[in-house]
Amino acid sequence: MNQILQLLKQNIQDDARIFTEKADLVSYSFDASFGSYMPEYVVQPLTTEEVAAVIKLANTHKVPVYPRGQGTSLSGGPLPVRGGIVLDLSRWTSKLEIDAENMLAIVSPGVTAQAINDAALLHGLIYPPDPSSMNIATIGGNLAENSGGPKGLKYGVTKDYVIGLEVVTPEGNVIRTGGKTMKNVTGYDLTKLIVGSEGTLGVITEAILRLYPKPKATETLMAQFDDIVDAGRAISSILSAGIIPAKLEIMDKASVEAVEAYRPSGLPTNIDALILIELDGHPEAIKDEIKRVNDVCIKENARAVQIAQSKEEAAQLWQARKLVSPAIVRLKPTKISEDATVPRSKIPEMFQRLKEIREKYNVDLVVFGHAGDGNLHPNIIADERDAEEMRRVEKAVEEIFRTAIELGGTLSGEHGIGTLKAPFMEMELGAVGVDMMKRIKQAWDPNDILNPGKIFPEPNQRFVLTND
Amino acid sequence: MTELAYQETLSCVQCGYCLPTCPTYVTFQKETHSPRGRINLVKMAAEGKITYDEISDSIDLCLGCRACETVCPTNVQYGKILESAIEVLTVHKEQQMKNRMKTVKSLLFNQVVPNKNIQKVLGTGLAIYQQTGIQKVAQKTKILNILPENLHSFETILPPIEGPIKRNKRKTHYAVQSQKPVFKVVFFVGCIMDTMFSSINTLSMKLLQQAGCDVTVIKEQGCCGALHQHSGLTDKTRQLAKRNIEAFEQYDFDFVVNSIGGCGAMLGEYPHLLATEADWVKRAIKFSEKSVDISVILSKLPLPFKKSLPYVITYQPSCHMTNVQKRVNEPLHMINSIPGIELMPLPDAHMCCGSAGIYNIIRYNHSMKILDEKMKHVKLLQQRPNVIVTTNPGCHLQMKLGVEREGLAETVRVVHLVELLAEACGIEA
Repeated sequence: MNQILQLLKQNIQDDARIFTEKADLVSYSFDASFGSYMPEYVVQPLTTEEVAAVIKLANTHKVPVYPRGQGTSLSGGPLPVRGGIVLDLSRWTSKLEIDAENMLAIVSPGVTAQAINDAALLHGLIYPPDPSSMNIATIGGNLAENSGGPKGLKYGVTKDYVIGLEVVTPEGNVIRTGGKTMKNVTGYDLTKLIVGSEGTLGVITEAILRLYPKPKATETLMAQFDDIVDAGRAISSILSAGIIPAKLEIMDKASVEAVEAYRPSGLPTNIDALILIELDGHPEAIKDEIKRVNDVCIKENARAVQIAQSKEEAAQLWQARKLVSPAIVRLKPTKISEDATVPRSKIPEMFQRLKEIREKYNVDLVVFGHAGDGNLHPNIIADERDAEEMRRVEKAVEEIFRTAIELGGTLSGEHGIGTLKAPFMEMELGAVGVDMMKRIKQAWDPNDILNPGKIFPEPNQRFVLTND
Repeated sequence: MTELAYQETLSCVQCGYCLPTCPTYVTFQKETHSPRGRINLVKMAAEGKITYDEISDSIDLCLGCRACETVCPTNVQYGKILESAIEVLTVHKEQQMKNRMKTVKSLLFNQVVPNKNIQKVLGTGLAIYQQTGIQKVAQKTKILNILPENLHSFETILPPIEGPIKRNKRKTHYAVQSQKPVFKVVFFVGCIMDTMFSSINTLSMKLLQQAGCDVTVIKEQGCCGALHQHSGLTDKTRQLAKRNIEAFEQYDFDFVVNSIGGCGAMLGEYPHLLATEADWVKRAIKFSEKSVDISVILSKLPLPFKKSLPYVITYQPSCHMTNVQKRVNEPLHMINSIPGIELMPLPDAHMCCGSAGIYNIIRYNHSMKILDEKMKHVKLLQQRPNVIVTTNPGCHLQMKLGVEREGLAETVRVVHLVELLAEACGIEA
């Protein structure tokens, strides 16, 4: 038996939580992005001591370690690109405490956002961030990638709810950042540095999260537009009227068509866009506000506006948005889900540019996403076995990134950079910007053992979307 | 030539939505035992990057409950991928299997399961064994401890089997009692069901009769092929399917009705099973369209309830009923129609109980871990139920075993939905 395995066995309580068989290694070689890289070991720690011990031995022996949740990353976050140890934290669900008095949740890294929200609800509270994978993805992964979700507009994203962390450093030491208070300016804000650092600066072993009172009621509305520019104007007018929806989603013509072809629900397929809006808050207040939203949409040339009269009807309106993914992959199997994000005012222009990209590269591109915060999801469907098409797709995706940055936006709104977007970092941040980030990484992780090969491009790395 | 369903694996985008719905992932807690992991392993095997032997553990431990299909955002045909893998692995293992094992296996699947007479003998043997009190003696004296634990466990929970005399007295035609029948139905009795739970078949037919149907049992019918399919014996499954299609084609009826979640699922999948045989597809579709679960028919008709049942019940839906037959509302509607009962919804009811065909016999230890998870949920209920309702003989036995293992046998009964309906209608087998 080799030395690393021996050391792992000494430091992990139960051998059944260390895997070295090929079928297991293959099963931890991928995530929801592209590419497959074989690790040499998979370890499932259940305590801070175990995590610290694994990282310590990895740092001593220069073995790379990759923290992993449930592998739902769309950016390659947990991919073991240089072999080594996958640290699967998904089993560590032992801690989920609700401190109702201070409106906090204290959790271990394997707990899901859904579980946190469910536990909070028992106390009349909510955990607002709602990535669409919230009942699968671990909170550790949410924190590492700074996940967003439809509620970003009103409630912000994961980082806005974290006030304290326990972190194992790349050298295997344990530190605590922040604490249980909303206000905390003692030294650098390491909490915010760790959140969104994609597992490159430390492994989160515990988090203290803020909770919110549960809103008393919700209202839902769908508006259809003949021109996407009108839809964009309607969104701006709603927000300028002082109304902040909990969710504000948009679907373009192509996604509406796909959904109707897949499971017809009577949506007109000759509209250019539709928006879905959910308000939450005091029942009286939002009753009034939904009427005003309705009026604004009509004023901005909406073809039709529908306010849900019951919970069932609301669910039905959201159904269209839920069906986009299964609807589009019926045509071709490979789905590239992007999250380039632009300032809200640029949404109509971004839609126009995406149309041009679709035609220029002749790719199957549909657009939907969180219009309220400018976080669109251009999705391209293709067939990964068609090499020529995949090259066109790669070019189209590159152009989507360029366009987003040109319009004052960003490469990634909520998925993270990982392996996938590393080649474009300099485009957005400039050489000095990237260098300053690299210096942080080098200072924290001198041996480059913690999730190496992520965020920063490898020499000559180019953008590829293949699994080989 | 058998092939892995490689094409189907490409529609998986590896999003992981299937993970929380998968009982083996939840129980064994590693990606290798998740639907996403299995799809990836099949894909890798098809690409020659991993051997059949290396993936067989993962495939063998899949329950085939198909819960993953119901949440998949990209409609991956997991059932097809799994079947192809089981079939390929079966062929691969056959080549490696010792001759002795081969004989046992072929005897079991080619002779025992589809053979009505052997079934009857088995049934008779069981009935005599139980009725003569030998069972009690054997249970008391622990004679049976020499049996492997799995068979021994099942021995303690066997239902009282109808003796051959009683079973042979069962009619093959239950004529409608009023004017014109609402539906003319043919009843599908199944094989394990008709041995272990023949009284439930009898009750089913009497219920249908009471509800205004004309019910016939045709003697030409045979095994549905589900267990063969689970074991990768696709050719044998096709033969059995064709036999059934031919048998039922000779009769004129509105529906072919069964009370067996698992068989019902198989009967509905004949078109998919025979998809490549042009001369059979149409016939298969015609047959499968008429094949329904008993709850589907009964929920359309009024039942003559005679008494109120003072039970607190919980319901463990059959995976094949839910995920393959897609019948969720009908059984629930029937449960809710029973006067007097109080239904406590079971948390995570969609999780498989671990019976899964003969999984609980051949992979007993894994199955028990899955069952323990299920029983945790039963114990979570605020009010302890005194009846657990099932709609499939496999689940029925497994839940009985669960109740036994938790020491609840004195207070909790496990029944088939049909038994409860019959009790409320004052019908006896």
